[in-house]
Amino acid sequence: MTALIPQSILELDKLVRTIADAIAAVLQGIGLGPAWVTLIQLSIACLVVIAFAAVVVLFLVWWERKISAHIQMRLGPMRVGWHGALQTIADAVKLLQKEDITPTNVDRPIYFWAPILTFVAAVAVYVTIPFGKGLIVSDLNIGILYILSITTFTVIGLLMAGWSSNNKYALLGGFRSAAQVISYEVPMALAIMGVVMFTQTLSMVEIVNQQQSFTHWYIWRQPIGFVVYMIAATAECNRTPFDLPEADSELVAGFVTEYSGMKFAMFFLAEFLNLFSISAIATTLFFGGWQGPFLPSWMWFMIKTLIGVFVLMWVRWTYPRLRVDQLMGFAWRFLLPAAFVNLILTGLLIAVFL
Amino acid sequence: MDPITLAFLALAFLIIVASLFVVSSRNIFHSAIFLILALFGVAGIFVLLEAPFLAAAQVLIYVGAISILMIFAVMLTARIADGQLRYTNEQVPTGLLVSLGLLVVMLYSLWQTPIPTSAAAPVSGAGRKLGELFLTQYVLPFEIISVLLLTALIGALVIAKKDPRAASAADDSAADVPARERERAVV
Amino acid sequence: MPSIGLHHYLALSAVVFCIGIYGMLTRRNAIGVLMSVELMFNAANIALVAFGRFVTPQLVTGQVVAAFTIAVAAAEATVALAIVLLIYQHHRGIDVDRINIMKW
Repeated sequence: MTALIPQSILELDKLVRTIADAIAAVLQGIGLGPAWVTLIQLSIACLVVIAFAAVVVLFLVWWERKISAHIQMRLGPMRVGWHGALQTIADAVKLLQKEDITPTNVDRPIYFWAPILTFVAAVAVYVTIPFGKGLIVSDLNIGILYILSITTFTVIGLLMAGWSSNNKYALLGGFRSAAQVISYEVPMALAIMGVVMFTQTLSMVEIVNQQQSFTHWYIWRQPIGFVVYMIAATAECNRTPFDLPEADSELVAGFVTEYSGMKFAMFFLAEFLNLFSISAIATTLFFGGWQGPFLPSWMWFMIKTLIGVFVLMWVRWTYPRLRVDQLMGFAWRFLLPAAFVNLILTGLLIAVFL
Repeated sequence: MDPITLAFLALAFLIIVASLFVVSSRNIFHSAIFLILALFGVAGIFVLLEAPFLAAAQVLIYVGAISILMIFAVMLTARIADGQLRYTNEQVPTGLLVSLGLLVVMLYSLWQTPIPTSAAAPVSGAGRKLGELFLTQYVLPFEIISVLLLTALIGALVIAKKDPRAASAADDSAADVPARERERAVV
Repeated sequence: MPSIGLHHYLALSAVVFCIGIYGMLTRRNAIGVLMSVELMFNAANIALVAFGRFVTPQLVTGQVVAAFTIAVAAAEATVALAIVLLIYQHHRGIDVDRINIMKW
């Protein structure tokens, strides 16, 4: 038994397949149709991914605090667990215990649904991310387009939060986030289209399969696309230097000003889920996804993605915030033309060499 | 009952209820949120109709661009007291009559018309097929749409910027470009 | 319960279209009118895609036309909302019943 566990961790995809088959066998034993079996399998897979995402977020929050601390020559959390590793769990317990305050004049239904929508949109992205060979909830053939479209719900969540809070800072934060996210979504989509022009497919699994070795990584063919994607994606998830929606020195906390307890925790979780998912998408599109020698596929995926997350955190704690006009000007005057040039160059490259 | 039927009924219920709220909600911001719900339901219907590419485009353009534009306009034009004002005009009886009458006529004619359906399986990879059609058979309408979107973009800018007092012009220009750019990016 | 076919989708489309018409006729807020128009666009799209799926499953013509509709809706929404904002700047209100002069 002890020998079996490391083996199954190394070959996680086989383990997952075995469990999925076992579940299918049990469900068919009850007498359900194939469509229902697939549906229940998908639901279970979604729950597993949500649990995984929660664990990842717990880790990322601690990691971000440690990185920021070390960049600023501090130690960061040190008390709870080894080097404060359990600090996030303590914080989460504290947040859950807190009173869930609903201010008097808020627009109640919208105030209630905003954090849930933001959180669900952040989680829904994980459905089409290939965590390893065969480790994907559902390989949609519109994979990357699905991700682009589902992330737009995040903006709606922020706008709802900003509007319903009945607070000028929250409203300003909501406005800013909408303008920002909608502007940076365009270069991001165009940068992704550069990769899609090479892959000829939108399926995430296919995109990974085409990058079998180090030299086939799309970053070598799409350097401009990669830079544009990373900048736009950082802006998409409202991180410094693009954190204007919640700029704490100007807007208190932006659209989350009025939120507390569980609802605040949901916004917080969504932020870190987005951080992980943009890095995961970058890994899949530009760095060969789970492909790599020696180590099991999911381990490669995690290594690459966490390096990406580290770079984003590094940027966050190094650069100051942009002004609003600089932010919009950068998106429309620099990023968008760069993305268009990238598209044209990609087209020429394909027409000439392929 | 199989999942497809169940999904259709759930989506139809969602769309109809959300649409009713869109036209009857006193708070225009709530209308906008319900409109998003209805549009999302329509995307679900597209998935059921095996048009996943169109569903993604629907969410990307309607939810990601048009709805946000509407919410922007609501935020820029709404007054605090709007909730107390009358939100319908004097045409409620006429409107009810017209829409219900039209509904009855349409449903009756639908009931009476046999439509020749084909049992053939839908093409797989509709997204690829769609792209090919856009650049071959439908290239002229496609280019006209591009010109139309460009015209709309410039037109919106000119209209909203004509007044130097227009403080909202910058926001508007930022918000209305994506609609067009997305179109190009998607296709 | 018969399985879901073309007629179910068309009925749904008809219902949504009529809700849109009702909204367009009765809303006072210009943005509300626009929202109703968007509902009607979507009803038409459901019908187009449903016809495409059930009548000519081998072609994707229905989806092509629906994609054009979405694009036109986007163009319509941008221009219309720009006009709404302009009207708001001049009238301090966007009540369609009170916008009764062509020149201002």
